[in-house]
Amino acid sequence: MATATRAPRIGRLDRPALTGVLVREVVNYSSYWRSSTFSSTVEPTIYLLAFGFGFGSIVSTIGGIDYVEFVGTGTVATAVLFSSAFPGMFGTFVKYQFQRTYDAILAAPVDTEELVSAEAIWIATRAGVYGCVPMVVAIFFGLDPAWGMLAVPLIAWIAGFGWACFGISVAGFSKSFENFNYVVSAVLTPLFLLAGSFFPLDEFPGWAQALAKLNPLYHLVQAVRDAVIYGWDWSADLVHIGVLVVFGLVMWRIAIYAMTRKLID
Amino acid sequence: MERELAIRLRGAVKRYGPITAVDGLDLDVPVGTCVGLLGPNGAGKSTTMRLLTAQSIADEGEIEVLGFELPGESKQARAQLGVAPQLDNLDTTLTVEQNLLVFAHLYRIGRHERRDAIERSLRMAKLVERRDSRVDKLSGGMRRRLLIARALIHQPRLVLLDEPTVGLDPQVRQEMWALIDALRSEGTTILMSTHYIEEAQRLADTVTIMSHGKAVAAGPPSELVMEHAGRDVLEVYGPPARLAEVEGEAQAAGLRTRRTGTSVSILNVDGFRGFDGERRPANLEDVFVLLTGEEIA
Repeated sequence: MATATRAPRIGRLDRPALTGVLVREVVNYSSYWRSSTFSSTVEPTIYLLAFGFGFGSIVSTIGGIDYVEFVGTGTVATAVLFSSAFPGMFGTFVKYQFQRTYDAILAAPVDTEELVSAEAIWIATRAGVYGCVPMVVAIFFGLDPAWGMLAVPLIAWIAGFGWACFGISVAGFSKSFENFNYVVSAVLTPLFLLAGSFFPLDEFPGWAQALAKLNPLYHLVQAVRDAVIYGWDWSADLVHIGVLVVFGLVMWRIAIYAMTRKLID
Repeated sequence: MERELAIRLRGAVKRYGPITAVDGLDLDVPVGTCVGLLGPNGAGKSTTMRLLTAQSIADEGEIEVLGFELPGESKQARAQLGVAPQLDNLDTTLTVEQNLLVFAHLYRIGRHERRDAIERSLRMAKLVERRDSRVDKLSGGMRRRLLIARALIHQPRLVLLDEPTVGLDPQVRQEMWALIDALRSEGTTILMSTHYIEEAQRLADTVTIMSHGKAVAAGPPSELVMEHAGRDVLEVYGPPARLAEVEGEAQAAGLRTRRTGTSVSILNVDGFRGFDGERRPANLEDVFVLLTGEEIA
C-alpha cells in the first residue's frame, strides 16, 4: 500500500478550508457586486420611503419616536432578511444544481460542514453591511446619528448568519426551485410583516404577539431600536440577542445536515 | 514485492435504493501508472469516481486512496488528489486565472507558491494567452483543459479523470491525449474513466473493464486482447441469414463470435481455417464487447 504522507491531521472546520470557500465568494463577488448591492439596498430603501411618506403623513410618532426613526430602524431587519435568506436559498440552489460548484469544492479538502459555514459567514457579512443601508438613508430623513449605530452591523451579522443558514436549509431540503414559493409565501412574508418593522404590534391579538416573540426578525428590530434610539436595556436586549444567537446556531446545524444529505450520497 | 497502490478497492458496494451502481468492485491502481476504467454507460464508473472522493459513501467494502482509509480520512486523501469531473463545473463568470486562484486556495497552496502554481498550470494547459478571458468565452476544448489544469494546481500525486474527452471533437481529443500522456510521463498516477476504447488503449498501462458495477477483467490492454480475443479475428460479411449461419457454425466449432452490425467477428481464429473473411488483429473493443455484451457508443 502507498505510504500515506502523514501530513498533520486535518481537523474539522479548519481555517484553510473556510478561507478557500470565502476566497471563491469574494472573487465571484467582484463580478456581480453591482446588481447584488443594488437589489439589497434599493428594495429596503423603497420600503423605507414608501412607508415613511405614506404612513408618516398620518402618524407622526409611534412609541414616542418619529415615524421615520421607527421605520428607519425597523427596515434594517427587512434589509437583513432580503440579503441573507434569499441568497441562501437561490444562491445555494444555483451552485449545486446548475453550476455544480459544490461538487468541485467537495472534491478538494473541504467538508460540507466547512462549505456551509463559509457560505453562511460570507452571506452574513454582506447582510451586516447591507442591513445598515436603511438606517443610513434614514439619517438623511431625520434619524439622529448615535454611537449605538456602530453595534448594528454586528447585530445584523448575527441575524444574517441565521437567515443565511435558514435559506441554505430550504435549498437543501427542496427538490425543486418551485418549492421556494411556499417558503416565501407561508414563512418569510408573515414573519417579515410580524416583525414590528413598519407598525407596532401592540394592537395585535395576543396569539399574534406571542408568535412575534418567536420571530427572530422581531428580536432583530427590537435590538436595533434599542441600540440606535432607546438605549440598551440589558435584561431585554440579552433576550433579543440571545434569541438571534440561538436561531443562528440551530439553523447552522440544520443547514449542514440538509446540505450533507444533498451533496453526499 | 507487490507494487505500491495509490488506489485499492476491495468489494466496494454502492446502492441507490433498488439500484446497485457499484457491486463488489475490486480495483488496483499502482503508483506511477495510468489505469483506464472502461465500461459502457451505466457500468458504475462515475459512481466509482465519487466513492474515491467520498462524495459517495460506500455501503460495503474497503477503499484506500494514497494510503488513507475512506471515508474517515478522505480529507487527507483529497488534499493530495486532483479531480477533473465529467461535467464542467468551472466558475463561468470568472477569468481563467481567477478560477485557478480560487483552487490554489482550496488546495491550500501557500501564499508564496501560489503565483508559481498558477503559472505552471496555465502553461501546462496552454492557456497563458487566455488567462484574462472569462470562462464563458472559451471554447469547449479550452474549458476542458482548464478543468484539468485546475485539478493539477497543487501537483497532486494522484489524478482522477472522469471521461476526460467526452463530447470533444477528434482534433481536440488528441490535444487532451497529449496532455494526459505528458502527465503520465512525469510519473503522476492517473485513474481515467472512459467509454472510448481507443483512449484506453492509447493511454492506459492497465485497463479494468467494468460491467454492471463489477470488474469483469483487468490487465494491460495487449494481455487482455490476447487472453480473450486471441491474436486474430476473422470478419465475415454477408446477408443476415448467412451471418446467422456463420455464427452457428463457428460456435459449433468452439469459437466465440460477436455481431458488429454488418458482419460477424470470429474471435481467436489463430490457425483456424474454414470461413472466408477478412483477417484482422484482435483489439480491445473485441474484448470489451465480449465481456460486457454491449456495443459502445
